[in-house]
Amino acid sequence: MNFDFSDDQKLLKDQAQKFLTEKCPTKAVRKILESDEPYDKALWKQIGEMGWLGTAIPEEFGGLGLGHLELCVIAEELGRALAPVPFSSSVYLATEALLLAGSDAQKKKYLPKLASGEIIGTFALAEGPQPPSPKTVKAAFKSGKLDGVKSPVPDGDIADFTIVLARSPDGQGERALSLAIVDLKSPGVSRREVKTIDASRSQAELTFKGAAAEALGPAGEGWDLARRVLDRAAILMAFEQVGGADACLVMAKDYAINRYAFGRQIGSFQAIKHKLADMYVMNELARSNAYFGAWALSTNAPDLPEAAAGARISATDAFSNAAQENVQTHGGMGFTWELDCHLFYRRSKVLSLALGATRVWKDRLISHLEKKNVA
Amino acid sequence: MDFNDTPAEAKFRTEVRAWLDANAKPKSATGFSAENPRFQRNEAEALKIAKAWQAKKAAKGYARVTWPKENGGLGGTPMQQVVYSQEESKFDVPSGFFEIGLGMCIPTVTHYASKEVAARYVKPALNGEEIWCQLFSEPSAGSDVAGLRTRAERDGDDWIVNGQKVWTSGAHYSDYGIVLTRTDPAAQKHKGLTMFYLSMKSPGVEVKPIKQMSGGANFNEVYFTNVRIPDSQRLGEVGAGWGVALTTLMHERLAVGGGQGGAGPDIKELIALARETELEDGPAIRNAAVREKIAEWYVRGQGLKYTTYRTLTALSQGKVPGPEASIAKIVVAPKMQILSSFAMDLEDMGGVMTGEDAAQNGAFQQSYMWAPGLRIAGGTDEILKNIIAERVLGLPADIRVDKDIPFNKLPTGR
Repeated sequence: MNFDFSDDQKLLKDQAQKFLTEKCPTKAVRKILESDEPYDKALWKQIGEMGWLGTAIPEEFGGLGLGHLELCVIAEELGRALAPVPFSSSVYLATEALLLAGSDAQKKKYLPKLASGEIIGTFALAEGPQPPSPKTVKAAFKSGKLDGVKSPVPDGDIADFTIVLARSPDGQGERALSLAIVDLKSPGVSRREVKTIDASRSQAELTFKGAAAEALGPAGEGWDLARRVLDRAAILMAFEQVGGADACLVMAKDYAINRYAFGRQIGSFQAIKHKLADMYVMNELARSNAYFGAWALSTNAPDLPEAAAGARISATDAFSNAAQENVQTHGGMGFTWELDCHLFYRRSKVLSLALGATRVWKDRLISHLEKKNVA
Repeated sequence: MDFNDTPAEAKFRTEVRAWLDANAKPKSATGFSAENPRFQRNEAEALKIAKAWQAKKAAKGYARVTWPKENGGLGGTPMQQVVYSQEESKFDVPSGFFEIGLGMCIPTVTHYASKEVAARYVKPALNGEEIWCQLFSEPSAGSDVAGLRTRAERDGDDWIVNGQKVWTSGAHYSDYGIVLTRTDPAAQKHKGLTMFYLSMKSPGVEVKPIKQMSGGANFNEVYFTNVRIPDSQRLGEVGAGWGVALTTLMHERLAVGGGQGGAGPDIKELIALARETELEDGPAIRNAAVREKIAEWYVRGQGLKYTTYRTLTALSQGKVPGPEASIAKIVVAPKMQILSSFAMDLEDMGGVMTGEDAAQNGAFQQSYMWAPGLRIAGGTDEILKNIIAERVLGLPADIRVDKDIPFNKLPTGR
């Protein structure tokens, strides 16, 4: 039994944590939140230089050729730091989609530049406030042209290209959708930044009017591929969420020790103790589920979809709970702009919706269990 | 990351497996089953079988893998103990009678008694010839064990003990017990306690079973009336009993929390039930609300399973497991209660029935009636949360009103 990261991977995690503590304090996150800057360009540049973006990209495509376990430990630290960079869009989504479904030519074209940070990619699924599905997606991809509106698209305002889930002419039902790659600087593409609950990460509405697009993967397999990309991204994002949840627990704990009320530390009240103990339990369950996801991702295990759903649900619950109860533990101060509680509160909700709400993942999890004939 | 044994673990597993194959029967494929002979036999017969099995294990060194060979163990690693337990759990063998003695009492005795005394008691306990119980809780001392009132008064070379213990597992078939008493009521409450061991056959010891809300009687009340215990059976110094008890309780939380994972019907049984139960709009398994609930508990269960893997990894690498090991019971016990309640809700009006009339042979009903006990035994949910908050997260201890006051001056309620 070796259900832990290796010493080298732990070293990488420590290095990432040190780097982000120095380069990405919450002051840096606030700077993006409070300004018109869409992301922390200096931080992004350094992250690219360190090779993090190409952690799981094979060396032949300009990456470090390490693996997904290494990517997981980096993700946890990015989550802890609330890093205001397009890492999840470019790495968990665009890179993973290309690794999964890209032709050799597509990989050669995009991956080296994604690895260096020279270009940013993203994945456009949603079309307004409802879950994207074969029934609801309206964007249409036909004869190399894309039409439709995608919103919100994470980092859609700054990305160089996006992968789009769109309707293809022939297929029916789940086979009605395909994936297409679109250069966002090409004619027929317009973008508009959309306001979200978390301005430390930007999102946009993308409008396509006959924009040139090329297929990613076979026609009619868009829905299946999108779900497989989401599975992989869910595990990586679960580590971000675990990192964020852990940061909330530390914040809440420190405050409970230092804040006095009724003549004593508030952390000596059971109402606070039990709240933080519950937070700890949820965080540990989430970490363990994320570890299983990491194993499934790194070995491409048949249980990957189940592991992804487990990691996603557990990490989303843990970070949501930790962010909410961290504000509560801080009392009135927790509701101020001045304290950092709201940075985590915002991000936790953004991450909980980014790859689809847990309602959808829970349903998928049960479908996997039914298929496996668990009972 | 991988889930494989190290070569040494694999070799040990093969040895254990071969021995179990030669000496026991594998469990039936259905696993959890009310028909398991373990649950059917009367207790005296079950005890006889358990003692025979324990003697076999002890002869091979498997009764306590980590104990040194001179104490009858195997001198093995904690990971080897885990490997043995994993393999043994696949076989239909008796369990439960010796855990309290070997897991809590004997380690306390060997820690505090002389070598000669320890040598007298260790092997008979290991072989299953002598069973031990732990006499701590009292009617006025549950979560607050240090509030106990069973009085021990010095009389020459002996102590005279009067009082009542409660929730004593296995007292009725135990040969010996360790008992925590109050020797100085005028001292602050944690400072007036002293620990002894005694024969449960001592004159003045009376054991009465407690009928539980679940209908069974797994625990006892134990009354002490002028029970004479020689001072030579004292464990630790006079007035130092609380420290001795902490050693014992540390072992208890590990034992109770660790062993309850497969204690009742779980997700597998719930999915089976959801498949066979027809709701207004089709099978329950197709109902979105039902699916969502099952998914939530499945994820909690898996989270706990993988947390155990993290603990095992630390053991396998010869490290001390992290504090995450402390979350097990606080996850398992409430989940058991809420999951079995939900299963009964699915059965709707018919959910009240038990036994053969009920779905799944009444496993969920049984589990529902047992769950409140699990949330209390071996540290209540609330006490366990305090422990996580204070020992894992480092939050300050509660401010105590009973700290600098002699025990006999504390307010007591009724």
